[in-house]
Amino acid sequence: MKENLSREEFLKGIWRDNPVFAQVLGMCPMLAVTNSAINAVAMGMATFFVLVGSSFLVSTFRHLIPKQVRISCFIIIIATFVTIADYTLLALVPKVHKELGAFIPLIVANCLILGRQEAFASRYPTKLAVMDALGMASGFLLALFSLGAVREILGDGALFGFNLFGANFEPWVIMILPPGGFLTLGVILLFFNWFKTKKDEFLEDVAAAQRSEG
Amino acid sequence: MKKRDPDLLLFHAPLLRQGMTTPSAMRDVVWALLPATAASLWFFGISAVLVLASSIAGAVLAEWLFANKEARGESLRDSSGIVTGLLLGLTLPPGLPLWMAFLGGFVGICLGKVIWGGLGHNLFNPALLGRAFLQATFPIAMTTWVPATGDAGFFAIYPGNLALPFMQVSVDAMTSATPLGLMKFEQVVTPLNELAFGKINGSLGETSGVALLLGGVYLWARRDLDWRIPVSILATVILFSACLGLFDAERFPTPWFSVFSGGLLLGAIYMATDPVTSPVTPRGAWIFGIGVGVLVMLIRVFGGLPEGVMYAILLMNAATPLIDRYTQPRVFGRGIESP
Repeated sequence: MKENLSREEFLKGIWRDNPVFAQVLGMCPMLAVTNSAINAVAMGMATFFVLVGSSFLVSTFRHLIPKQVRISCFIIIIATFVTIADYTLLALVPKVHKELGAFIPLIVANCLILGRQEAFASRYPTKLAVMDALGMASGFLLALFSLGAVREILGDGALFGFNLFGANFEPWVIMILPPGGFLTLGVILLFFNWFKTKKDEFLEDVAAAQRSEG
Repeated sequence: MKKRDPDLLLFHAPLLRQGMTTPSAMRDVVWALLPATAASLWFFGISAVLVLASSIAGAVLAEWLFANKEARGESLRDSSGIVTGLLLGLTLPPGLPLWMAFLGGFVGICLGKVIWGGLGHNLFNPALLGRAFLQATFPIAMTTWVPATGDAGFFAIYPGNLALPFMQVSVDAMTSATPLGLMKFEQVVTPLNELAFGKINGSLGETSGVALLLGGVYLWARRDLDWRIPVSILATVILFSACLGLFDAERFPTPWFSVFSGGLLLGAIYMATDPVTSPVTPRGAWIFGIGVGVLVMLIRVFGGLPEGVMYAILLMNAATPLIDRYTQPRVFGRGIESP
């Protein structure tokens, strides 16, 4: 039972409650830094680290944090991890850090992270909170990567910098520019919702068939 | 079966029916575009056929793909996809790779019509939206203007047309600027008779002003377009450039040059008058037309681009719901203080 519960918390973030495709949270980094797959993945990893770390701390200290000042406490905890992530990226991959620019400090303001602290980590035991954070962060990483991959493939003819189409590829300039982010996200959301509707219809049909049999 | 007595037939109102339906209005637009299409074949040969066919194919495919299964035949029968594809095709450069024309038609219908809820619900003109997408996506290919085929004959295909999907052709095509580009960047004025009858560089449909006007007169005679919109657009452009001419006749285009160059006639007659995306009230139509005219001249004369008809119409499309709301006629008997 316990195992199932934490597994459930992990899986819901990847698909059913995916922070981007289902909750439409964290749009700022989602649209701003997904112009190439490597930027998207770097952003996703940084957010992953911050979300898991702060969920762990918030959940551990959830009885010690006074209710009236909880938001500022969350922000301080998140900001600590963001600073660590910022300097780590700067040390390890300075080029990517330069491209992401202001969006790394802005992870502090990512509504996905603060939302998980407020809605989940401050109310549940540490183990569940960490599982939830892992799931949500993986879902966010997945969404960032899919957006970044589509935009880099169409906009540059490459993936992670590897040329896929040869020299004569005609780049779709719009895909690297901000409108491309909106267009790609819109199309992906469209397919996500379409799939969901189809699945719900299918489940209803199955349930109806079972009722009529029984 | 017993023959019914005509005197006893019962109908709901309305009892009078107009002959005009969506399919017939759409067919009228296709007929009206025939002179311009024929002119594009005359100047650009088989390439024109290929580009137009590709963009129509893209539009119709999207229409078919995203229609409800039950309404599939219906949405194809009203031929609005064909009109969108044809209009888009006429705004494209003749040497454009065919896959781009196809993509433009497809995106125009998808983003311009289907996601808004289908015919009659869209905010922007689908053909222009498709073109705006292409312009933003492939800025170089969309501004590569090849000269008319001329002596090479009808069956000479521009090398650019045959690029494989997602690829470009590395052959250097012979290119030259449009009259508007020449005017803006090199201060060369193209004579008016060339502008009116074609034989200039530009997109497929915009080269022959007279052919476009012919179609416009046909549409007006068939009551398919609101004459206020093209008239107010053209009048605004003429007035605007006449005023500019007072300041510096050398630097600014003459009124007739402004009217006959670029896509102004094509846009004013066929795109701005799209009944879905233009205001329904007569007063709104005037405001809409004047807005388009002013924006076209502002972009052409003071903006960075040589041509601005597409953006002018799209911007005014966005303002259409607002215009409609503020120009609603007063309901009879309402809003008057009783004596």
